[in-house]
Amino acid sequence: MGDFHHNEQDLERFRSRVLIAGAGVLLLFALLFARFFYLQVLQHEYYTTRAESNRISLVPIVPNRGNIVDRNGVILARNYSAFTLEITPAKTLGLEETIDGLAEIVEIQVKDRRRFKRLLEESKNFESIPIRTRLTDEEVARFAANRYRFPGVEVKARLFRQYPEGTLAAHAIGYISRINAKDVEWIEENGHTANYKGSEHIGKVGLEQHYEFELHGTTGYEQVEVDAGGRAVRVLSHTPPIPGNNLTLTLDTKLQQVAEAAFGTRRGSLVALDPSNGAVLALVSAPAFDPNLFVDGIRFDDWDELNNNPDKPMLNRAIYSAHPPGSTFKPLMALAALTQGKRTTTQAIADPGYFNFGNHRFMDDKVGGHGMVDMWKSIVVSCNTYYYQLANDMGIDNIARFMGSLGLGSRTEIDIPGEATGVLPSPEWKQRRFKKREHQKWYAGETISVGIGQGYNAYTTLQMAHALANVLNYGRVFRPHIVNTIQDPSSGEERKVEPQPVRQVALKPEHVDFIKRAMAGVNKEGTGARAFAGAPYESGGKTGTAQVFSLKGQKYVAGQVKERLRDHSWFVAFAPVEQPRIVVAVMVENGGFGAASAAPIARQVFDYYLLGKLPGGPAPEVEAPEDGPQQALENGHGQD
Amino acid sequence: MDRIKRWARQILAHLDIPLLLVILVLMVFGLLTIYSATASGGFAKLDNQLVNMAVALGIMVAVSQTPPQKLMRFAVPLYLTGLVLLVGVALFGIVVNGSRRWLSLGFVRIQPSEIMKIAMPLMLAWYFHKYESVLKLKHFAIATGILLLPIVFILKQPDLGTSLLVGAAGFFVIFLAGLPWKIMFGLGAAAGAALPFAWNMLHDYQRRRVLTLLDPSSDPLGAGYHIIQSTIAIGSGGPFGKGWLEGTQTHLEFIPEKHTDFIFAVFSEEWGLLGNGILLLLFILLIGRGLMIAAAAPTLFSRLLAGSITLVLFIYAFVNMGMVSGILPVVGVPLPFISYGGTALVTLMLGVGMLMSIHTHRMLVKK
Repeated sequence: MGDFHHNEQDLERFRSRVLIAGAGVLLLFALLFARFFYLQVLQHEYYTTRAESNRISLVPIVPNRGNIVDRNGVILARNYSAFTLEITPAKTLGLEETIDGLAEIVEIQVKDRRRFKRLLEESKNFESIPIRTRLTDEEVARFAANRYRFPGVEVKARLFRQYPEGTLAAHAIGYISRINAKDVEWIEENGHTANYKGSEHIGKVGLEQHYEFELHGTTGYEQVEVDAGGRAVRVLSHTPPIPGNNLTLTLDTKLQQVAEAAFGTRRGSLVALDPSNGAVLALVSAPAFDPNLFVDGIRFDDWDELNNNPDKPMLNRAIYSAHPPGSTFKPLMALAALTQGKRTTTQAIADPGYFNFGNHRFMDDKVGGHGMVDMWKSIVVSCNTYYYQLANDMGIDNIARFMGSLGLGSRTEIDIPGEATGVLPSPEWKQRRFKKREHQKWYAGETISVGIGQGYNAYTTLQMAHALANVLNYGRVFRPHIVNTIQDPSSGEERKVEPQPVRQVALKPEHVDFIKRAMAGVNKEGTGARAFAGAPYESGGKTGTAQVFSLKGQKYVAGQVKERLRDHSWFVAFAPVEQPRIVVAVMVENGGFGAASAAPIARQVFDYYLLGKLPGGPAPEVEAPEDGPQQALENGHGQD
Repeated sequence: MDRIKRWARQILAHLDIPLLLVILVLMVFGLLTIYSATASGGFAKLDNQLVNMAVALGIMVAVSQTPPQKLMRFAVPLYLTGLVLLVGVALFGIVVNGSRRWLSLGFVRIQPSEIMKIAMPLMLAWYFHKYESVLKLKHFAIATGILLLPIVFILKQPDLGTSLLVGAAGFFVIFLAGLPWKIMFGLGAAAGAALPFAWNMLHDYQRRRVLTLLDPSSDPLGAGYHIIQSTIAIGSGGPFGKGWLEGTQTHLEFIPEKHTDFIFAVFSEEWGLLGNGILLLLFILLIGRGLMIAAAAPTLFSRLLAGSITLVLFIYAFVNMGMVSGILPVVGVPLPFISYGGTALVTLMLGVGMLMSIHTHRMLVKK
């Protein structure tokens, strides 16, 4: 019986323990359920987002960049598709071994390796970097057969930028190159970061830079479902990219060719404008560079060559190099005098061959002077004395005000970046320019050299062409522009760039016409006559010479001065005189007299533009005009 | 014909229908989920699991026909064999994935720790049954020794999951046998005090698992990855789930071990809180039925055995779901009747067979 009780007791205890265990089971399961409730109800949205971002990856599709064509439809920049061999460093087993292995299959030169190394330094480890571009079909096939040996290496079909005309108009067109950290900042500042996902190239110079956001297009994307290994499983949605806009230029490729060829091996720049609307017909900076070199990352030796070349081929001389305009300044001075009522056209001076101011004697370029000189003659024979007096009578403030109204000393706002402002001298400018008190004061003597385009004067070739165009246009100022229309390739819609004048300078037509006639005289019987001998059209021009360094009283003889220290040669011109269709400014570095070096270039450009006549070779140097034996001056030795 | 009918009726008589129904439903859930988790690989895994289930069911039926007295006879030999084999593993075992768990017998590889999952409750239930009338504290001490001896070997392999299951199986027998609360709390306190020492004995990867559990984001691509991804799967499943075969976490391979230890994440993503609730309910029915069988069992041996088997089933389910949902460290414990794999299923069904045997042979004992 005791046993039975014992058993009963045991059974009771057992059952109570089973109950306790059962309660524990329910409690812990309730805990689990609470956890599930927390995850699946309270935190459901959070985890849904996490699951979605786990699985969905946005793959950007880079749009086709817009093409650039000249006014006649000649292609200057386009895209073509080619195969590249690319390495994602993070996915390779060993970078050096991979490249060595690849070199056995496709040709990889030392310069390819160098470029790869440079790109590697600029990019992140998981980016795909080209080791070879433009693979041949055979190379693609050979790699495909060996692909398994090279994890992290892929052949990709990519669009490349191509500039079919090579160096032609390179400074105007610019180039694209790989996006660097500074570009990323710029993109961010402009709020385009999202649109550049996946983009690897960006316009660096010229139109490619200025119109970057027009040319780029809108990036499309694919929503791709990816698995845990990052492999795309399927495409969920596809938003196609919108190709970038095409640019049609005002530039005339043929004219550009003629202008570039006219320079030959000389350094310098030329800007040709249509004076009626500011359209740029040609923009030369010689020597030029080949923009194609930059597209897939410039090779080290090419870069070295471009950077260390003493001729500075990367420099856009037409818009960035500012020089004293020399005598090309004189027609503008004459117009200023007429406009401000300081001279009439018939007022004449007796030129003794010098102009005395205080203790200084400013020399004319002709010993003994030009005799009686009125305004017409002052331009045709380029008389310094006339302008020494004129400048002194006008005063620097009047000169600066007038020249400033024509656009000198400020950016023309042409649609390529990197323009220099130049220097429009004035007492205010001097005060800003110099820090020391004693340097800030403006001396009346300085005004006198400004009057003949020397002294502190410094303008770009573009500014000189622009100022003359503004005069020829009777004061209507157009912004110079290279792009004529921007075309949306998908809709065909075209936007024309700025046909309206930006401001009007108050000029009297009869004053302008007088200046035009006087400049026509230059090409007929003055300093430009030799270069324009026998031209079947009537043109106007003005030569100029800008000194590179002061000889301090010695006589300037071109042959005795080192080539790089020789004077710069200027020529501004327009044609035909009645209804000017083209205006040019030419600057030949160290070209000597403007009449000798720069004027013949303008002649070739006009001959082609007005007559369709192609020159036989670079513009010849013509002899300096007889009336121009160069006299050493204190402030400007070479005036013609 | 009649004989076959009678034979069939006799077999059926030893099956517990409620238990069988719950298990079959769980198995169907298992098959559906395994198919979803391995659909990219075709039907291969599903076919294998069907075979596993057939074999396991067969073993369950066979065991259910065996009276508990006969089962009791296996207790000591099975325990000793298991112990010898564990020593064998320690000496000659094969290392797989950094753990020495397997023993090669020439023609077949076996995992002796698996035997202990059954041998341990059998052995302890037999032991307490033997000393039922004279049960003293001494016996509890000896029982603890019987329990700890193989566990030391299993921990050494190292195999945290199996140690836990074998330990739980043994502990539940001792607990149900009436281990005084005082001692239990005392031992619990002692265990708590010993925790720092135990921490020192853990392997690096085991410590990492525990640390990762406390803060999975500390190692999102390493040890924390499993937990983070499975929690995302569960959470994104929401109240009603994404639907069968629609789980993105599963089908895009974000969930590791998705048809074995982490299958619950797959189930949970596709069936949601609703599915989880149903699953918990099924386990509660299973465990409830098991505890009822234990409470109604006629002998101490069968009571203890039934109770222990049932509560170990609970440990399986709780530890697995707890680790997948991120409230317990990751230990290698499958979700019973649902995870893919033959070995664990056979062991489980052996246990279920014993439950059925205990229940259907109780009248015979009374007679």
